[in-house]
Amino acid sequence: MSTIVSLPDQSTATLPKVSYLNKEYGLKSWLLTGDHKRIAVLYMISITLFFFIGGAMAALIRLELLTPTTDLLAADTYNKVFTAHGLIMVFFFLVPSVPATIGNFCIPIMVGAKDLAFPKINLLSWYLYIAAGIMMICVLVFGGVDTGWTFTTPLSTHYLNTNVVSAGLAVFLAGFSSIFTGLNFIVTIHRMRAPGMTWFRLPLFVWSHYAASILMVLGTPVLAITLVLVVLERTIGIGVFDPSKGGDPLLFQHLFWFYSHPAVYIMILPGMGVISEVISTFSRKRVFGYTAVAFSSVAIAVFGFFVWAHHMFIMGISNYSALVFSLLTMLVAVPSAIKIFNWSATLYKGSITFETPMLYAFGFLGLFTIGGLTGVFLGSLGMDIHLTETYFIVAHFHFVMVGGMLMAYLSGVHFWWPKITGRMYPEGVSKLAAVITFVGFILTFFPQFILGYLGMPRRYAAYPPEFQVLNVFSSAGATVLGVGYLLPLLYLTWSLKYGKIAGSNPWQATGLEWQIQSPPLTENFAETPIVTHEAYDYEWLANKTRNEVQTVG
Amino acid sequence: MDSHTLAAQTGEIGHVEHEHPPFLRHHFENVAQQREAATFGMWLFLLTEIMFFGGLFCAYLIFRNWYYPAFVAGSHSLHIWAGTLNTTLLIVSSFTMAMAVHAAEVRHRKPLLAWMIATIILGCGFLCVKAYEWHDEWVEHHVPGLNFNPATLEHGTKAYPDDNLAPDMAQKTSIYFSLYFAMTGMHALHMIIGVSLLTFLLIRAWGGAYTSGHIAPVENFGLYWHFVDIVWIFLFPLLYLISRHQ
Repeated sequence: MSTIVSLPDQSTATLPKVSYLNKEYGLKSWLLTGDHKRIAVLYMISITLFFFIGGAMAALIRLELLTPTTDLLAADTYNKVFTAHGLIMVFFFLVPSVPATIGNFCIPIMVGAKDLAFPKINLLSWYLYIAAGIMMICVLVFGGVDTGWTFTTPLSTHYLNTNVVSAGLAVFLAGFSSIFTGLNFIVTIHRMRAPGMTWFRLPLFVWSHYAASILMVLGTPVLAITLVLVVLERTIGIGVFDPSKGGDPLLFQHLFWFYSHPAVYIMILPGMGVISEVISTFSRKRVFGYTAVAFSSVAIAVFGFFVWAHHMFIMGISNYSALVFSLLTMLVAVPSAIKIFNWSATLYKGSITFETPMLYAFGFLGLFTIGGLTGVFLGSLGMDIHLTETYFIVAHFHFVMVGGMLMAYLSGVHFWWPKITGRMYPEGVSKLAAVITFVGFILTFFPQFILGYLGMPRRYAAYPPEFQVLNVFSSAGATVLGVGYLLPLLYLTWSLKYGKIAGSNPWQATGLEWQIQSPPLTENFAETPIVTHEAYDYEWLANKTRNEVQTVG
Repeated sequence: MDSHTLAAQTGEIGHVEHEHPPFLRHHFENVAQQREAATFGMWLFLLTEIMFFGGLFCAYLIFRNWYYPAFVAGSHSLHIWAGTLNTTLLIVSSFTMAMAVHAAEVRHRKPLLAWMIATIILGCGFLCVKAYEWHDEWVEHHVPGLNFNPATLEHGTKAYPDDNLAPDMAQKTSIYFSLYFAMTGMHALHMIIGVSLLTFLLIRAWGGAYTSGHIAPVENFGLYWHFVDIVWIFLFPLLYLISRHQ
């Protein structure tokens, strides 16, 4: 059974007198802060807001699909609702989810620095995010947008009379927010490491954020210029994507997916970093094949740039390029599999305990594996023609994004909650929430694989009656899933005041962030740490604790 | 755990003071680290800029291959003297900017101010010439989407009498001009941002901000300025010099 929770220093732990949370008070001290931890908290509040807006849209979608006819939403409203769901979840939740919150909070501490390299740019990134978010909400309030999150031309440039321009500009701004986050991470990881913190002593969380940051820095500008061209096309009609003027809509697809495929790795890689930390901590073992896991993150980032055209197999690209992109798509499964196998090998003969973060991590392992493998189905040319634009795609990317990334995000939030707030979340109800999320997820999205295989197309408000049973399953599952997401919101808020005091290292984890007080000082470290041990060295931690006990006692 | 006592101490004393220059931010160990981080950050930012312009260059490459005659005719309709003049202005401005960085390095305030002002003037000169060209293209009805009319491009000009385009190819000159305006427009936007930033730096430098060893802002702005210059070095042949020798 779990013994880790009751640890020597936890029973007597008190909240530190001075921490980043109470050093200064007042709204101004938060809104003008340069402290990466406060900015992480600001981000966490804002993305939670957008998550629940996007979730409300998902609820509307599932309600509408409860019956085969369009009875709740008219078809054009339905288009606006799924577009809003996609745009908000992708650009305002998934992309910033782990990096801007947990990454922002932990990376400087993990590398032994006092802050990110550019605190003001970090704050600017949050303001850009908020400006973009307000724009997006305005777009929704003043009539919405119905292009789908992909801004497909010529639909978006010629045929729609909705707020495409302002939605495009909102995504443009959000993109720069993510560029600045990535840039800050790369510079911090290169230049701000503490003495003794070599590249191969970095926690794998840092490695995966490094890989994701490369994608943010190199991919996002291409999305930015593509959106600029769409906006110019729509406002003054320049014609680069307009076939009637000699332009090429396929060029838009190439440019868009050149960002948007790597973007799915921007979304999943930080989650993989969380899983590495959690699995190691709760199996009390060094991550098996540390170097392989570290390099697989970089490999995913590199391969991720050369697979974009698998979104375009049915759009009339040449057979030869389809072949090459199919092959490369299969290749990108290799580093992902390396990670899954190494995590499993870490669990093997580990001293496993089942705290909430670990339950979410288990959920990640199962669901991400299914999501990843169905990705290989879609990457193979013959299958793709049958499955593309059906619910199979929808189920596939929800398994990766929700089953993978959201599970990892919740795992990370629970894992670092004691460090961020200084208090524990209630263990019983949070375990329940983890299980509810898993069950609700399977019930929501597994039927969609079958629906897709049977040929139900995505993005339609109505469907033939024979698909109703599976759709009812899916909608029922979404209700369970909704409860699973509301619970953490409630008990985590509750724990801010009533949670047990956590103490500095409730999990007996080895990362530098666990060797300082919770919540940390504004400067993170009272003095610059000198790192002499490898990552995930539990023997070092045991020795350190023993020495401390001797010194004190 | 002694972090409580440490916390209390740090809280009382505040930031532990060492001897360091006033421009060293608290989270850096020393000036060298701060300067390296800033420069590295700037290079990364320039990398994102390369990707940003890269999307346009990619589109240019594809359409130039498809509609080569239209691109030749479009290119021939530009004023080569204006493009050449602008190239010269920008290369000279890169030189003056490099001299400004040097002046900051050797801590000479007046030369720094002079070289910065020279750079601003050259940058504004570039923008003026560009604005003149755009106005000219507006008058010629060469602005896609707003007043485009390929009539003047269908038959060769005095200098290039062989540029005869079939009507459908003549229509494709609008793609050339779309890219021309998108690329030079984005470049000009970067120039405007550059001139504004440099004006801001100039005001700071007037008070002596960058001649006491704190040269990172000037140095990094220099990198940005050279980058914008290099983008133009690519734009000039791609847009102005297509098949000029025929």
